[in-house]
Amino acid sequence: MALRALIRLAAAALVLLAARSAGAAEPVEARLAACLACHGASGTSVTPLVPSLGGQPEFYLTVQLLMFRDKLRVVPPMNEMLQGAADADLQVMAASLAKLPPPPPVDGAVDQARIERARALIAQNRCNFCHSGNYAGGENVPRLAGQREDYLAKALADYKKNARRGYDASMADVLYPIDDEQLSDLAYFLSRQH
Amino acid sequence: MVPRSSILAAALLAALSATTAFAQQPTDQTAQPGGAPSKAQPDAAKPLPSQQPEPTTVPGRPDIPNAEVAQKLRNVAPLPFGAPAEKLPVAELKAPKGFKVEVYASGIPNARSLRLGDKGTLFVSNRVLDKVYAIVEKNGKREAKVIASGLDRPNGLAFHQGTLYIAEGTKISKLEKIEDNLDSPPKPVVIYSDFLNHQSHGWKFMALGPDNKLYVNVGSPCNICEPPATNGQLRRISLDGASAEVYVRGVRNSVGFDWHPVTKELYFTDNGRDWLSEDLPEDELNRVTKQGQHFGFPYCHQGNFTDRELGWGRSCDEFEKPVALLGPHSAALGMRFYTGKMFPSEYQNAIFIARHGSWNRTKKIGGDVVVAKLNKDGSVKSVEPFLTGFLKNNEYSGRPVDVQVMKDGSLLVSDDHAGAIYRVSYGNSKVAGN
Repeated sequence: MALRALIRLAAAALVLLAARSAGAAEPVEARLAACLACHGASGTSVTPLVPSLGGQPEFYLTVQLLMFRDKLRVVPPMNEMLQGAADADLQVMAASLAKLPPPPPVDGAVDQARIERARALIAQNRCNFCHSGNYAGGENVPRLAGQREDYLAKALADYKKNARRGYDASMADVLYPIDDEQLSDLAYFLSRQH
Repeated sequence: MVPRSSILAAALLAALSATTAFAQQPTDQTAQPGGAPSKAQPDAAKPLPSQQPEPTTVPGRPDIPNAEVAQKLRNVAPLPFGAPAEKLPVAELKAPKGFKVEVYASGIPNARSLRLGDKGTLFVSNRVLDKVYAIVEKNGKREAKVIASGLDRPNGLAFHQGTLYIAEGTKISKLEKIEDNLDSPPKPVVIYSDFLNHQSHGWKFMALGPDNKLYVNVGSPCNICEPPATNGQLRRISLDGASAEVYVRGVRNSVGFDWHPVTKELYFTDNGRDWLSEDLPEDELNRVTKQGQHFGFPYCHQGNFTDRELGWGRSCDEFEKPVALLGPHSAALGMRFYTGKMFPSEYQNAIFIARHGSWNRTKKIGGDVVVAKLNKDGSVKSVEPFLTGFLKNNEYSGRPVDVQVMKDGSLLVSDDHAGAIYRVSYGNSKVAGN
């Protein structure tokens, strides 16, 4: 799994490098190709810990691209990929990525107890207020429905331990009283939503 | 579009069912006098679904509003690149008669705290981005340059004898002789870093006190909690960072303070907790009369009621009370005493306070600058609107964060939503030719 992820990353880096050394007239296209190599050309990622981008709001994507470019979020492959991108490039990329279709939810039998625990947590912590009742997000708030479970678990844990910076502090606020097991129930539930 | 139309549809349905209910009532009433009471009783016992308003809370959780209400409570995020100058709502902004409002600078994404250098440089900070800007006037032209970047929530700025101090999430650093080196600024040198790393209320407001020490807000890392002993306080730190002490406690998150020009007492704004009610608690304007005072958080809000979770066994009498209340969820942030010569005398030593505007409230309030006028004894005489017009149809076109009195007596106002700075001046509209 990790090896496959590494190969994808290497492939993406090669795409980007090739475009750069060729002095491509369309650096945005090359950057987009590199995005899709890991994140999935269909909007659905099959790479462990790499999020699906399909169905994400354009505003949210723009902000995340900006945060990677300016190293407000430190994730070396992303920081490297976006190095030197102009503001306008980020906007073009976000607009293009926002058109990808939402990822399908995780299929198969579900553990109803986990689903119920997650529902209770969501009501109590008002997740639907910003992320919407169907978890599609909007504006600066990401879509959660159908997102990769491993990525959701990591993102929540990172917010919780202040390892991931948000554009605002809402996630740190809301996760303050939530424990690790609860985070994993949330990721389980959300990855199974349409 | 979709949620709005569905809300409209719901409102229409509610209105329709209300009309039906009213239409039925007279019939019932006219029937009642002559009618048999036995017949009316089973009707009264029936549930009346069409006449009940939709519950506005989640079933079983009266403290949690339902999804429809929730739609109005999503926070408004700052525009990542700011707004272009021509899109700024300057024509819609209103100030009292005789005042004029103009755009001072635009294209400064997430413009937050303002601080003036000795040589007239205006420094502007970021909260959600990573930069500090310097704005200078050269040959009649205003120019903004980045003097520091790659910083961690560099919200707080203070200036002392040529040195700019920057408060980031977990440290304070300095840029010496910065005004002489705006084109080749030195790298920030860290002077102090004894802060916990937390995102929630982790950005810091900072100012230089009349005792030439740095005062910095160390916010509570939560909406409502018993903060660790290191947090929920204003801290006083020497300019070399070598000594630090707690100045006052019981502060939830202060994003603005200044000292009274005559009494030298510190006044500070503090943001009240969320998720309690649309209307409670109000944000506070506080006044420090003695080091070590406690201002109530998390036990007492707005000086007159105890917290529903953490206030049991406590009394508001244990704590300092605010000198003014600034509106529920209004997010009262930056404030300065007015000591300029340009504005009418009634504004002398009054406090201008930027209210960023609410998110945890369905009907937004704030998004303006108010002025608090004081009595001789330092108590607050009145709080009045000063600069308004950013909030229209429950949406913001700008969100004021900080104010700065300029040497000519004009007042600057930063807006972190559109990435702009406005200038409010008095009495010289003829000069501008409009």
